Amino acid sequence: MPKYLLLKHYRGGPEPVRDVPPMDQWAPEDVEAHMAFLQHVTDLLQKNGEYVEARALTPSRSWVRYGGPDAAPVTTDGPLPETSDLVAGWWMIDVDSYERAVELAAYVSSEPGPEGKPLYEWIDIREVMSEAASED
Amino acid sequence: MDDEPPGRLDEGALRALVPQVLAGLLRRGEDFDAAEDALQEALVEALRVWPDSPPRNPRGWLTTVATRRLVDARRSEAARRRREETAQAEPAPVATEEGDDTLLLLFCCAHPDLSPASQVALTLRAVGGLTTREIADAFYVPEATMAQRISRAKHTLRGRPLDQPGDLAVVLRVLYLVYTAGHVGRVDLAGEAIRLTRQLNLATDEPEARGLLALMLLNHARLPARLDADGRIVTLDLQDRSLWDTREIAEGVRVLQSALAAQTDERRPGRYQIQAAIAALHDDAASAAETDWPQILAWYDDLVALTADPVRQDPAAVLARAVSVGHALGADAGLRETDRLREVIGGQYKWHAARGYLHELGGDLLAAAESYAEAARLTSNVAELDHLVRQAARARAGARRR
Repeated sequence: MPKYLLLKHYRGGPEPVRDVPPMDQWAPEDVEAHMAFLQHVTDLLQKNGEYVEARALTPSRSWVRYGGPDAAPVTTDGPLPETSDLVAGWWMIDVDSYERAVELAAYVSSEPGPEGKPLYEWIDIREVMSEAASED
Repeated sequence: MDDEPPGRLDEGALRALVPQVLAGLLRRGEDFDAAEDALQEALVEALRVWPDSPPRNPRGWLTTVATRRLVDARRSEAARRRREETAQAEPAPVATEEGDDTLLLLFCCAHPDLSPASQVALTLRAVGGLTTREIADAFYVPEATMAQRISRAKHTLRGRPLDQPGDLAVVLRVLYLVYTAGHVGRVDLAGEAIRLTRQLNLATDEPEARGLLALMLLNHARLPARLDADGRIVTLDLQDRSLWDTREIAEGVRVLQSALAAQTDERRPGRYQIQAAIAALHDDAASAAETDWPQILAWYDDLVALTADPVRQDPAAVLARAVSVGHALGADAGLRETDRLREVIGGQYKWHAARGYLHELGGDLLAAAESYAEAARLTSNVAELDHLVRQAARARAGARRR
């Protein structure tokens, strides 16, 4: 079965459908509903036998490269650090098909935001390449 | 073990034998690396065989099987390692006595040439008797990665003299690392750390070792109240104190008192005893409002006095003290204390979280919300992140209502 990453982003991606403030500015009950929904997604994936892992990333980023012989590594927070694409975390799922991955990503995107209405957040789907050679 | 019905195996009792058997092999002059490998194999064998035929003398059984493995391993490498073998035939002079097994092994595993991560992993395997798989699970790394870390640590110890008394302070730090790791992992490392620290206390009279055991017990007692049914963090002031483990608290207080009784004017309590005393004062309060903050502050004064430049050498203690200053002398005084730390830990989530707490204590909910939100941006722990976002949202909603 193919594996996919369902990636959430702090920023980047297509034009947002809803313009929402950071979560710490939401009403406390909306925060609770949102967190409960994300937990529910993980529980559901586990119950379905489709869950591989879930991970979150901190929003800090450094770009690093080899500095050359006898030089320290070169680091930067990147071009356009305020607007460049930044991954927030992912679920890795193991599902029957791409269609199922799309279905699950759309479900994640229905997560409740302020006033309990869906966020319509863009979810980035990436297929994970398999390690095993296919059978001839 | 003889009384165990067939099919059931007391793994705790099995693991308690690990340091005794391993220390016995080392005392006989075996190489640490090889002896530890052989004992792991013997343990796996025990888990397989004992449920059906429990041995009469479990410790002797493990020693025999481990020795057989050592002989096999040596025979297969005989040609290449003949000279080493001759060296091994002569028992190394190991000065420790039978009762100090645990201490000897803890010193080995807390060897200063090892990194903290390796010290912790090796302690859990060689003294705690956990399998590599269990240790890997506890730290969320693949089993092969943990196996490699342990193997490299053991190679580092190869040829190092292991019979010298090590640094007890390092052992205590390693055990405390195991304990604190226990609050985030899947395996009960906190319970394991308490078990090992109990064993350590059988081998030493050092008050700080007792202080560490007391600290662990007094904090562990609150563990059942730290998360709610949905896994959300519950802060100390809001915990359901009826969930605290009163037996663990009573034992912790007893252990702490015996440690403090051993102190004199020349020999002041060390950091674990001081932290245990603070934990005991929290545990002693029937409600958050009844917390004896002036006394807690007095202990924090002692804690920061242990280092010459606490702001740089022990900022965590200065930060915790600032919170107690906030309670004892007012939120503004507490916030002023945190100002001293801005340069050192102003980029860390704990600094912002403590300031959020102090702003809230002083009634400035908007500033509290901003501090909590900044802390949320900086934390690398998911449970803390969720908690801090909730705190920020709650404080902001409170500010709006005013």
